[in-house]
Amino acid sequence: MGQLAEPLPSTVSDEQQKQDNTTSTKEATTSKKIQLHIDEVTLKFPTSTGTDFTALDKVSMEVRENEFAVIVGPSGCGKSSLLYLTAGLNSPTDGEIKVAGKVVDGPGAERGMVFQSYTLFPWLTVSENIEFGLKQKKMPAPERKKIVQKYLKEVGLESFADRNPKQLSGGMKQRVAIARSLANDPEILLMDEPFGALDSQTRMQMQQLLLQVWEHSKKTVVFVTHDIDEAIMLGDRVFVMGARPGRIQKVLDVNIPHPRTLDMVMEPDFISLKREILSLLHDDLTEMH
Amino acid sequence: MSSKQVSFKQLTSPQEELPKKVVLGAGTLSWIVLLSSWFLLSASNLVPTMFLPSPMDVLSTGVRLAEDGTLFEHMWASVQVVLIGFIVSSMLSIPLGMLMGSFKIVQAILEPLVNFIRYLPVTSFVPLFILWIGIGIEQRVTVIFFGVFFQQLVMISDVSRGVSKDLLHAAYTLGTSRSKVVTQVIAPASLPGILDTLRVTIGWAWTYLVVAELVAATSGLGYISLKAMRGFQVDVIFLAIVIIGLLGLLTDQFFRVLRARLSAWAN
Repeated sequence: MGQLAEPLPSTVSDEQQKQDNTTSTKEATTSKKIQLHIDEVTLKFPTSTGTDFTALDKVSMEVRENEFAVIVGPSGCGKSSLLYLTAGLNSPTDGEIKVAGKVVDGPGAERGMVFQSYTLFPWLTVSENIEFGLKQKKMPAPERKKIVQKYLKEVGLESFADRNPKQLSGGMKQRVAIARSLANDPEILLMDEPFGALDSQTRMQMQQLLLQVWEHSKKTVVFVTHDIDEAIMLGDRVFVMGARPGRIQKVLDVNIPHPRTLDMVMEPDFISLKREILSLLHDDLTEMH
Repeated sequence: MSSKQVSFKQLTSPQEELPKKVVLGAGTLSWIVLLSSWFLLSASNLVPTMFLPSPMDVLSTGVRLAEDGTLFEHMWASVQVVLIGFIVSSMLSIPLGMLMGSFKIVQAILEPLVNFIRYLPVTSFVPLFILWIGIGIEQRVTVIFFGVFFQQLVMISDVSRGVSKDLLHAAYTLGTSRSKVVTQVIAPASLPGILDTLRVTIGWAWTYLVVAELVAATSGLGYISLKAMRGFQVDVIFLAIVIIGLLGLLTDQFFRVLRARLSAWAN
């Protein structure tokens, strides 16, 4: 990156931030400003019986700048809905969502999203997919090229730049999707069970890769999953949701230092957190019956 | 399994791929069977030559009409009508169909009307068109347009509606506006389906062409067929049929190649 004649502004600030974070991680996370503010958000769907189904009931949460927040919960708890609302792809029945101080009103490039299904544009090559958002911004071609190169490298797909999405494995497709979102330099990165369709080996690899990429970019991330191990492995904080109606039961700090490795799942801290989340989810399930 | 040998099991397993040689061979065989049956039947005198000319007769008629220029004159007349009708129809149905597939309001406005017109037999409009437009080329073009346009519209709107909503969501979160999503996501994603639609509907255009030319025309392959019927020249009728078939095959192959070129990603 150093040999670039004109380093990208974002790269410079990222590097600086990384330094700040490594010197005082604890202080950094507590004093950071709020990047995502979800305020008493309710989401209701009309049903065929005439009564509304409450998918989310007055959900409030805050995510700090540069934080990796994970939302974990059983299927049907509205965790994906919450993410779609944040992306602006759906509107809440009540309440308000703010990202970087601005009220969410429709989708926009400042809130990037990686979806569970494969959403690469199949008629574009890998590089063209990563370039897509930059073209929307009408960024000049040489600048686009630099950014595409940077993120191709970041996700380790430089040699696949000219391939078509259909020639890629599931894990590779999601790596491109991550690169495509990050290339846009969003205020926040929303991830909706992005590794849900992958086999467990690939999934673990992807978690490591995502952590690496996140260490470099220090984006604010909101990651939705139903996999407890994944939640603890990735998150700075884990928001545990409950179903019917969808709500946040508890917020847990993950005080496991970075870099996190695969064998961490065997450590006492990890296991006790896992036990706590499991019991929260279990209690929520049994209450329903 | 070696590439040369094809087992019985392979031939009788559903959706099992076959070597290219086998596929090509099987296709050639069915042509040979058709042509040789025709040849044998006409040579056997089971059917009078007046009703069934031999392939040789048809070929020599073709050569004779090609030499005096009448064949190409009528071929060109037909090709012209098909192309004009088909191109005008496609130029309108592609954008309108995409709008119909993208915006529910456009669909709500057009669909009831289109579905009504779509099921009206085009042939029933031919007398009306003759009264309104006359028997010139405009009338035949109108018949083709009418026969193809409404079908294309419904098929293309289905193609556009079938574009995955996840792709639209992805585009939105990458900063694409609602109107740009149509041109930047729905249009390229629909392209393979649109080309498939064109490939199917150009076949129908040829069908309606003959209908139009049989009823009222002074040139074209349908017209020479009708004239040949009156003069009992069965060989000319056969020739016209063969030529329409070949032209249809040519247009079909054109769209097949075009699809492979323009949207290789979808194959």
